[in-house]
Amino acid sequence: MSDIRLEARDLAVEFTSRGGDVAVALDGADLTVKTGEIVALVGESGSGKTTLARALTGLQRPARGQVLLDGEPLGYTGKALKAFRRRVQMVLQDPAGALNPRHTVYDSVAEGLRLHGLSRHDPDGRSEEQQVADALSSAGLRPPERLFLRYPHELSGGQRQRVLIAGALALRPDLLIADEPVSSLDASIRGEILALLLRLRSELGLGVLVVTHDLGLAWNIADRTAVMYLGRIVEAGPTEEVLAAPQHPYTQALLSVVPEIERLEPVVLEGEVPDPTHIPSGCRFHPRCPALASGLAAAAGVEDDCHRVPLPVLPASEGHRSACHLVAAQKGTTRV
Amino acid sequence: MSLLKLKGLSVTYRTEEGPLPAVRDVDLTLERGEVVGVAGESGCGKSTLASTVLRLQPSSATVSGQVLVDGEDVLTMRWGDLRALRWAGASIVFQGALHSLNAVRRVGQQIAEPIQLHEPSVGAAEVARRVGDLLEQVGLPASRAASYPHQLSGGQRQRVMIAMALACRPSLVIADEPTTALDVMVQAQVLDVLSGLVKELGVGMMLISHDLSVLADMSDRIAVMYGGRVVEQGPADQLFTDPLHPYTSALSASFPRIGDPAARYAPAGLAGDPPDPRELPPGCSFAPRCSLAIPDCTTAEPPLELKRPGRGVACIRVGESV
Amino acid sequence: MSTTSGTVTLTSRQLARRRRRAARARAWRRFRQNRAGMAGLVVLTVVVLVALLAPVLAPADGLEVTHATGGVLDAPSGEYWLGTDANGRSVLTLLIWGARISLFVGLMATVISMLIGTLVGLTSGYFGGWPGAVLFRLTEWFLVIPFLPLAIVLASVLGRSLVNIVIVIGVTSWPGTALLIRSQVLSIKERPYIERSRALGAGHRHLIGRHLLPNVVPIVFANTTLTVAVAILSETTLSFLGLGDPTRVSWGSMLDDAYGVGAITTGSWWYFVPPGVCVVVVVLSFTLVGQALEEVLNPKLRQR
Ligand SMILES: Nc1ncnc2c1ncn2[C@@H]1O[C@H](COP(=O)(O)OP(=O)(O)OP(=O)(O)O)[C@@H](O)[C@H]1O
Ligand SMILES: Nc1ncnc2c1ncn2[C@@H]1O[C@H](COP(=O)(O)OP(=O)(O)OP(=O)(O)O)[C@@H](O)[C@H]1O
Ligand SMILES: [Mg+2]
Ligand SMILES: [Mg+2]
Repeated sequence: MSDIRLEARDLAVEFTSRGGDVAVALDGADLTVKTGEIVALVGESGSGKTTLARALTGLQRPARGQVLLDGEPLGYTGKALKAFRRRVQMVLQDPAGALNPRHTVYDSVAEGLRLHGLSRHDPDGRSEEQQVADALSSAGLRPPERLFLRYPHELSGGQRQRVLIAGALALRPDLLIADEPVSSLDASIRGEILALLLRLRSELGLGVLVVTHDLGLAWNIADRTAVMYLGRIVEAGPTEEVLAAPQHPYTQALLSVVPEIERLEPVVLEGEVPDPTHIPSGCRFHPRCPALASGLAAAAGVEDDCHRVPLPVLPASEGHRSACHLVAAQKGTTRV
Repeated sequence: MSLLKLKGLSVTYRTEEGPLPAVRDVDLTLERGEVVGVAGESGCGKSTLASTVLRLQPSSATVSGQVLVDGEDVLTMRWGDLRALRWAGASIVFQGALHSLNAVRRVGQQIAEPIQLHEPSVGAAEVARRVGDLLEQVGLPASRAASYPHQLSGGQRQRVMIAMALACRPSLVIADEPTTALDVMVQAQVLDVLSGLVKELGVGMMLISHDLSVLADMSDRIAVMYGGRVVEQGPADQLFTDPLHPYTSALSASFPRIGDPAARYAPAGLAGDPPDPRELPPGCSFAPRCSLAIPDCTTAEPPLELKRPGRGVACIRVGESV
Repeated sequence: MSTTSGTVTLTSRQLARRRRRAARARAWRRFRQNRAGMAGLVVLTVVVLVALLAPVLAPADGLEVTHATGGVLDAPSGEYWLGTDANGRSVLTLLIWGARISLFVGLMATVISMLIGTLVGLTSGYFGGWPGAVLFRLTEWFLVIPFLPLAIVLASVLGRSLVNIVIVIGVTSWPGTALLIRSQVLSIKERPYIERSRALGAGHRHLIGRHLLPNVVPIVFANTTLTVAVAILSETTLSFLGLGDPTRVSWGSMLDDAYGVGAITTGSWWYFVPPGVCVVVVVLSFTLVGQALEEVLNPKLRQR
């Protein structure tokens, strides 16, 4: 099977508020997800992860840039979007609100099947009920018939999340974009869902983009990891390298506050809360950068650059790379 | 007198397919200035427990037992007293409450509402200032008060919910998965705010989370629930480092560790299906998934017994092996 | 991906039907607990039965002036329970036949008003942008121009017939419904489940049909009964002003006649009190039923 690629090219999304402020929620992002590959997108709350995911599924029209599936730019007509969504599915972040309170679990899971006419024409000849049951049980809701007629308010938080996952997987997409798919699940079911994603990848060649703030999840399943800060991807590469040998000071800070790592001194970032309506000049992380504050950047002679010179959009290549003046300078010196 | 005392609390939902016991015979106490953590699998009854404390359970639930707040039973309390309690005395941060924000009102107005209702004498400027303060406490710029909920990211909405719960300076806070939608950085911030409340204002907090590291970090004591019951209870610093109940052990073992090569492509989990509350297995409800189970486990439900000072465990195998 | 591929023995459709039936039974139980709503419902049932059975209860030729048997403005008696009108017809007969016309106009006008209101409210809320804004302005415009002058103008342009009266009332009473639905749609549109449905591949038709309409229908439903009340009142007003269908008797035209022959000055109360009371009672009943329905169907009001 040849790979199917979903690509974001220099994707930017802006929101204009009533007052006329422009929030640049996504400010140029290059990202590729292929079938048979799991990519994690991590970053702080409000960094634009959901916005990127929504733009990638065509739910949000970009202000700039393109979304490409197999090299074809995504069209925004109703028909093109429907065909696209048959192949690229999304699991939304908020499991409590993402299910229609008037629909039963069965109807919610079958909704996608009916929309795409799969409830009557399943490639494997299963009935609609069988398809729904299979989707639910593969998302760890067993026995599925028990839940068919429940309404969302009769489910626990974790059960709702799995219903969402089941609804997306029922369509058997090529690519799945999952926004915080396990955030409200406890460790044991979390393990099961992640194992399910790994299994679908190896058995069916599913490609997954997981949006998460859980670095442990990235470590558990992702082949590649991209780190976002204030609308930009600031570091990306193979998970082992990004998480075990982070380059960008932001990634380092993120890793240091992960509760279970005891050997690191936690670096809680100081300074103003990142605000997409006022993106700092130069490197967008510089007001909070611990490397700049500690004088590391000054020692390497890049302090001025950090304040003034904007960094280019990180290209979507396979290797480990980061958008940081300091890292560039250090690499430069080691090479010389 | 304890701030909160649950005595033999049971909650059963009426459903089409028969009664569903979601919480079974739970005893729990919470003092002022203390944080009690509640851990457990998805669907084990944590949220049900939380909403019953403020009598916010759905009407399809029947409750037995007692919920004493400052010695008064919430379950039999007069409606007026209950309302006063909900406004001023106690507040709850609902799980996944992101969508319970009113979509067509600015978040600032929504945070201000309880303040205006509860303290009508406070002037508009003062209210605006307090809203700004609350937002900054949870790590959002005060200018965000003018945003509508859909203009905020998931984590930002969750923080607005926390700000709302703190608006009236309650003495009892029930936080149901308060940091689930937050990244580690903001989580650290919000947990700081919450523990500040506990230390400085002597607030009592019931913290519900499936994230053991959060619980271990924040709580003084932790109760672990399984199948609607508390199966282990004890001081936070011991519970996960030295778990007694096999379920607690499994829970702490399934915690992800970054950098551990063994965890790559091998998310840890717990084998077997979670119990169906409608058809609980006979005896100990964890027995079907338990590696230590013996035939005796399926004869009777083990009671929660003190097996060590301050450590209650509901397991017949504990103690025998020690 | 199939982990369990056993046969699903369960007939989910049957179960779903059973569940829906149970939900309806629950709603009915809640409605019954509302005394005022039940009283209204009983009154309405009686009135509707009387209207349907009019040909049996009071033969139609009692309406013909030429066949009138009574005297001019006779007071109530054993033969004419509610007396007679200026033409010697039985007021009771007129009242029974009047119920037909008043209810017919009320219900038909409501159907028109609901259709227009739902359509306009839904499109202006859902589509936004300039079409939405235009529709919204239109709604507001219709809302602020006073009903009576507009109705009088329309009625005189279209001519005096029953159908025209229905149309006049229908096209002037929809803006309230439209605004209600629009605000509801605006709030539902931002819910995450709409976005989920879009992500699954839903188009406008699916979103409106499966998510928006089911959410607004209960509100429309509760609102209907209130609109019927307004429509009946409007019919009465228009007929009283002499803009009704001259060939048919309605409660409004009875009041008009009573006024015309000076029943009030001569003290012939039996000519104007019964239709007046009927209008008030029926309008009140519809309102009570509407409020009860709203309570049953709107979960927000239902909370303890
Ligand atoms: N519709 C909107 N209008 C205005 N601003 C918006 C809108 N949607 C998102 N934003 C802003 O864009 C930024 C990025 O939001 P996004 O939801 O992508 O964050 P996120 O990385 O998913 O965060 P989280 O982890 O908290 O979900 C936030 O600052 C948010 O306030
Ligand atoms: N309104 C309801 N009607 C019927 N059953 C319900 C209702 N609410 C919850 N339940 C069931 O009760 C059990 C406990 O639910 P609860 O929400 O308390 O779980 P939880 O421990 O909070 O789980 P999670 O971590 O996933 O949020 C679940 O099996 C759930 O399906
Ligand atoms: Mg998000
Ligand atoms: Mg819960």
